[in-house]
Amino acid sequence: MSVNALPKVSRDVLVTAAFVGLIVVMIAVAAITTENFLTQTNLTNLLKQMVTTGLLAYGMLVVILTGGIDLSVGSVVAFSGILTAGLVSSLPIPAAMAVGVVSGIGFGLVNGVLVARFGLAPFVVTLASLTTIRGLAFVYSEVPIAPEDPAFFSLGSAMAGPIPVSTVIMFAVFLVGGVFLTRTPAGRSIIAIGGNAETVRLAGINVRRHIVLAYTISGLCAGLAGVILASRVGIAQPSVGVAFELDAIAACVIGGASLAGGKGSVRATFGGVLVLVLINNLLNLYGVQSFWQQVLKGLIIIAVILAQRTNRVRA
Amino acid sequence: MSLELRGVRKSYGDVEVLHGVDLTGRDGEVLAVVGANGAGKSTLIRIFAGAHEMSSGEMLIDGEPVRLRSPHDAHERGIRTVYQELSIVPGLSVTENLLMGRFPKRRSGLIDWPAAHRKAKELLDAAGFGAIEPRTVAGRLTVARQQMVEIAKALAGEVRVLVLDEPSAVLAGSDLDALFDLIRRLKARGVLVVYVSHRLAEVMELADSIVVIKDGVIIETTEPARTSEDELIRLMAGRKLEQIYPERRDSPGEARLTVAGLSRRGEFSDVSFELRSGEIVGLFGLVGSGRSEMARCVFGAEPASSGSGAFRSPADAISHGLALVTEDRKRTGLVGGMTVLDNIALATMRASTKGPLIDVPGRRERVAGMIDRLSIQPARCATMPVAALSGGNQQKAVLAKWLLAEPRVLILDEPTRGVDMATRVDIYRMIDALAREGLAVLLISSDLTEVLGATDRVLVMREGRLAGELRSEGTTEDEVLAHAIGVAA
Repeated sequence: MSVNALPKVSRDVLVTAAFVGLIVVMIAVAAITTENFLTQTNLTNLLKQMVTTGLLAYGMLVVILTGGIDLSVGSVVAFSGILTAGLVSSLPIPAAMAVGVVSGIGFGLVNGVLVARFGLAPFVVTLASLTTIRGLAFVYSEVPIAPEDPAFFSLGSAMAGPIPVSTVIMFAVFLVGGVFLTRTPAGRSIIAIGGNAETVRLAGINVRRHIVLAYTISGLCAGLAGVILASRVGIAQPSVGVAFELDAIAACVIGGASLAGGKGSVRATFGGVLVLVLINNLLNLYGVQSFWQQVLKGLIIIAVILAQRTNRVRA
Repeated sequence: MSLELRGVRKSYGDVEVLHGVDLTGRDGEVLAVVGANGAGKSTLIRIFAGAHEMSSGEMLIDGEPVRLRSPHDAHERGIRTVYQELSIVPGLSVTENLLMGRFPKRRSGLIDWPAAHRKAKELLDAAGFGAIEPRTVAGRLTVARQQMVEIAKALAGEVRVLVLDEPSAVLAGSDLDALFDLIRRLKARGVLVVYVSHRLAEVMELADSIVVIKDGVIIETTEPARTSEDELIRLMAGRKLEQIYPERRDSPGEARLTVAGLSRRGEFSDVSFELRSGEIVGLFGLVGSGRSEMARCVFGAEPASSGSGAFRSPADAISHGLALVTEDRKRTGLVGGMTVLDNIALATMRASTKGPLIDVPGRRERVAGMIDRLSIQPARCATMPVAALSGGNQQKAVLAKWLLAEPRVLILDEPTRGVDMATRVDIYRMIDALAREGLAVLLISSDLTEVLGATDRVLVMREGRLAGELRSEGTTEDEVLAHAIGVAA
């Protein structure tokens, strides 16, 4: 029986099952063929590594849903991290971290206003802010900053039982973010804008404001990701986060989001994050050289997307 | 060339939509296909066009069985299809749209532009659309002219069968005459023209034979001389329709919308009118008369240059009880990728929340009520993508969206464009019922019969100005047209 013969609900279930199956298989392969995968150190690492990609991917999804793209997130990660680390000497740590996150919100806001109010192309705007913000990170400090206060590390390294606190924060973002997109007027509007902005405008919804909101959310996620990353690594580098935007976009696309906007799901994007992080982890455990890792990751992403496409064509 | 379908069936998934269609078209003939929403017309067209493969049955061209596997196959065999939904690339010139993929080239391999424009001009002239300038950017043309470019494009090369899906839906006046003239010339050249239309008057005038499709089967094959419009309507709808337009007895109440001296530079100027509670006012004008632009401006979609009566933004208009059903439901009425439910709830999202969250059960209930009230088919369509509905039902979904907002002034721009007769009647009845409840309705239409039949009075626009106001009762179509083209005294 072809997939399209099934009623819609069970087709969704089937696609989800295939996706979950893929992740389970990857975990099983990892567990069987490597000694280290199931060790606590590796699993904890895995959970921590997910945080950056996860946070960036959620923010990216919101922007992609409007039909846009946010290329600046990697630079925002670097800026918010180094700003926070730099402020630790003069501010209480929570305040320094809050400022770091707010800087992300600020950059997102600027991106959003440039796209929505001035009608500039999202790709161009965020490409420009990618380089501008990266530059600002180096202007702020050319050299890495490593705060000595151990409290700086707690956000990135503390554990809530078996799970890192930072991972819990990411889960919370996905949970709240999922409710935001499916259950609030603003979330529904963001998805509808990507589908057909003019229809949404004529329905009396302020399209510009929602686009600004989407980029601001992406900035918030990137700012948060930068602060957590700096805290986890213990050192903030102005050069960190190069090409992070690509992993975030890949996670959304693996999760079936359409770069044209209007289509994408929070759950599937989370699945995309898992797939990416597992690929990275596996290739590391197998000791694959890092340049080959990049090559393999690219090919695997194409394979996953092709598999989904076949699905969709049949549907 | 003769084209024959034998026992054609087509299923999508486990739903069969064509249940054994038999059909014969001969060369030099206009074969009209008429049928209600969802009767299977579009599926039939896609099978002719090679866009969909039939599930079983066969197609014979000149008695030879053929299998069309792709639109390219159909094209190679001289079968051309012009869909109702335009496929013009708006950013390219008319020439580029016409010659896409087969530009004349110089020896160097570069495009020979002068030759390309000449060739485009020849195509347009041959189709009788010489008024269109090949160098124009296609997006700047009116929808009617874009449609004509689309038809001219289909006629390039050797054409033996031309399938036209609702070709006249956006045409009026001389554009329509040009189309009819073209069809007659094609016919004289021996081309088989398959003409799918809701406008029965046209079908009666143009067709040599008429097939009526209902629920996926051909229920009648006839000729204009042996049938009547009433008979066709009865066959399509499966019931006798005493009257298409409800009897209007207007007793207008207080003013609901007052527009005075409204202008928007380059589009329309000095438009004044009043809509009162309980009345249906028609607005007629040829394509390009500024009628849609004026309505959009009143609704706040575009700013006015001067005058009063227009709202600041759509949100402002909606909060004052206005609703605007736009003429192009695909571009401005629906979000194609979303469900029927999301679409119908779009304009009332803010109003249907509990705390910060959408009241999901309440919203589902209200939408279900609307689907029921407007009898949108299929009845359990709330979770289906809106794009999966037939044209008429999509139109009803747009109406449902606005009715949920409980408007006091309803502006309908071509609400029956590309909508079959039975659904039209539903829409006219609903508009009438709404007016009786006290709504003020502005019905914009390029259909003269409709604009007189469904309304109490008619405003006529010409070249951006209000050219006349007529009582619907006792006014003839010719009188309205005379105002619209500027020959009235």
